[in-house]
Amino acid sequence: MATETLSFIFLNAVLANNFVLALFLGLCPFLGVSGKINTALPMGLATLFVMLVSSVCAFLINEVLVAFEIEFLRLIAYIAVIASAVQLVEMALKKFTPALFRSLGIFLPLITTNCAILGLALFQTFKEYSFLQSLVYALGAGLGFILAILLMAGLREKLELSTMPSITQGAAVSLMLGGLLSLSFMGFAGLGG
Amino acid sequence: MAKKQDNTITWDTFSEGLWRENPVFVMLLGMCPVLAVTNSAINALAMGIATLFVLLASGTLISLLRNSIPKQVRIATYIVIIATFVTIVDYTIQAISLDLYNALGAFIQLIVANCMILGRAEAYSSRNPPLKSIINATGMGLGFTLALLCLGVVREILGAGSLFGIDLFGPRFEPWVVMVLPAGGFLVLGAWLLLFEWLKQRKSETELNPAAES
Repeated sequence: MATETLSFIFLNAVLANNFVLALFLGLCPFLGVSGKINTALPMGLATLFVMLVSSVCAFLINEVLVAFEIEFLRLIAYIAVIASAVQLVEMALKKFTPALFRSLGIFLPLITTNCAILGLALFQTFKEYSFLQSLVYALGAGLGFILAILLMAGLREKLELSTMPSITQGAAVSLMLGGLLSLSFMGFAGLGG
Repeated sequence: MAKKQDNTITWDTFSEGLWRENPVFVMLLGMCPVLAVTNSAINALAMGIATLFVLLASGTLISLLRNSIPKQVRIATYIVIIATFVTIVDYTIQAISLDLYNALGAFIQLIVANCMILGRAEAYSSRNPPLKSIINATGMGLGFTLALLCLGVVREILGAGSLFGIDLFGPRFEPWVVMVLPAGGFLVLGAWLLLFEWLKQRKSETELNPAAES
């Protein structure tokens, strides 16, 4: 059992080891949906929700797998759980906010292959977090994802108004921005310890 | 699915993944392992080979089963097939080299969530006969490995002054630590993309007005 305090886990996941900028998890939506703040925020919230649900499920499933000594099925079980959680979010969004559902488009089902979520489930298992620790870790990771994607969307909205040389129009400049954001997040290293 | 398929295998089947539709540089798929494990050339190569194997094996199996998988549950089926092969790779690497396993960490298991593999399964293997998808998957996998190596080599040379663990510049070289840190991954990939875009634009300009170049 890990002995880290809850506040340490939280700060670590949000800032010092931000899932997107320090661990490179969940880059596809980070680069794909960060064009506008209006779509970035719901995407972040959906990811946060899926993270919380799958973190709880992953914890329970791991208990079962360990009890039966079939840990080699862990990966398959986790990915199935995540796929179902994503389906749940998709149905909820379609029912309550159809407009938002349409604007997120293909990126909603792609949360399934968002490595941030599978990564979260795997990391909490490796670190042997307790139930409460896992939940706080998931919350921190989700908020960290929202923070990163919002910062990126804000920067890219500003960027649209400026003139750039023609070769930098495309993904290259987004990656450069990501690099700079990542550099600035390195300043948080050691925080919360 | 169209009844009549183009079953001819051409050089293009193999080479489109290498260059024209390179998964990393052109389609920007599977970015997470690309940036996370390329801090040294050997890690990049191992990751590339592992991904190549999963891509090849899952592509073959999905292509063989393509007519018996119901359309509604196809994504779930693909994911389970991919997860099975990733588990095999995971245990194999652990058995071969524990050092490498520790260096790559959770990213071997995260091959499951590599959108390139699922994307190829959905877009190619489920529509084409086995031989053709094997060839295409090899091309794609090699393209992916090549891209990983491009990043890994640059980052290792600049960040550690070595290549595949062999010292290049002697003791006086001051390593650019930023290159092996996360930020370096973003910057190097961004620089590669800029280079390709520059080459592409120069090429199209030359084609448009060949007289201006002379």
